[in-house]
Amino acid sequence: MAKSVTQEFVKGLWNEIPPFRLVLGLCPTLAVTKSVENGIGMGLATTFVLVCSNILVSMMRKVIPPKVRIAAFIIIIATFVTVVELVMQAFTYPLFLTLGIFIPLIVVNCIVLGRAEAFAYKNGIMASIADGLGMGVGFTISLASLGAVREVLGSGTLLGKPIFGAGFEPFSFLVEAPGAFVALGLMLCLMNLCGKK
Amino acid sequence: MGDMIKMVVVLTVLSAFSGGLLAAIRDQTKDKIELQQLQFVKGPAIRAIFQGASNDPIASRFKIKDGDVERNFFVGIFDAKSPAVAFETFGKGYGGDVGLMVGVSMDDGKMIGVGVTTHSETPGMGAKAKDDPKYVNQFKGSSTEEPIKVTNDGGKINAIGGATITSRAICAAATEASEVYKRLKPQIEEQMKAFIK
Repeated sequence: MAKSVTQEFVKGLWNEIPPFRLVLGLCPTLAVTKSVENGIGMGLATTFVLVCSNILVSMMRKVIPPKVRIAAFIIIIATFVTVVELVMQAFTYPLFLTLGIFIPLIVVNCIVLGRAEAFAYKNGIMASIADGLGMGVGFTISLASLGAVREVLGSGTLLGKPIFGAGFEPFSFLVEAPGAFVALGLMLCLMNLCGKK
Repeated sequence: MGDMIKMVVVLTVLSAFSGGLLAAIRDQTKDKIELQQLQFVKGPAIRAIFQGASNDPIASRFKIKDGDVERNFFVGIFDAKSPAVAFETFGKGYGGDVGLMVGVSMDDGKMIGVGVTTHSETPGMGAKAKDDPKYVNQFKGSSTEEPIKVTNDGGKINAIGGATITSRAICAAATEASEVYKRLKPQIEEQMKAFIK
């Protein structure tokens, strides 16, 4: 029954890649993926919170009484989110300004709470680290790829640098909110097609 | 009963630990965050005012206590003998406080330039005060001896079309800046000595 640490890590990258397979954490997925940079920033922040909260929840899983486990998870997660928020303000202020409200909102990100409840509360520390890391990296890859699609087609740039000639007319619909839904839908469709065989 | 106590103890310990950790991190990052905010929020206005200065105005700053508030002052040195000082004041705008960075020459007490830092005015109307330098350029050379007003109120400043309240707010902030300058002039001169070599 017990899977290896590698398997726990790898499952987050494809089989259970958060926004596309589990369809969790859609709020930041839709809102911040206007560019690759935002996507990666958000993904890394979430990864940090995921790994740290998984470690702590797993360490304390024998101590936390089941009746107050959700409250305890929220305290742990909120603490790490605030850490991320302060550190981002201190070192990557422009990124903090663009991500804005979505950094504190990691607290209520279903992926983080979901992994604490469904995985870390029931498994050992090493497995929980692997799970958090895998989920986080998967989330980062998803946000970055969605961000890449929207940035390249929507504003004709990649990581802020123009990649097309002057003749390229950006498909600006994609950087707006409805474009996020359409792009996400198409990527989900692509994922399902690839996973079908 | 034992269960109850355990719940309370676990949550209390967890919260206390989180609080301690966050306080420590906040202490560590406080200065860095303040610097970042200066760089990115006030930096553009300060740099515009001190265009051509031979020093880094954001690095050359000091604080003076003015009643209950502590004000940040930024020093710009153009040539060896003519320093200028910039500081921020606020006026009540249409959507809240409008922050204004005011640069005053220490030689003749005239304004060398002003720039809007933070505001929540209507985009396309009051927000022009920040986006369009035409309005704030009128303040160049204003004396700190008399209150600054828009033409409607008997002053010399042409208001922004459709944004009288914002224009008035900026005039009020500039007038307040004049008063602050007059009130704190001896202290400013005292502090300035450290920056002039």
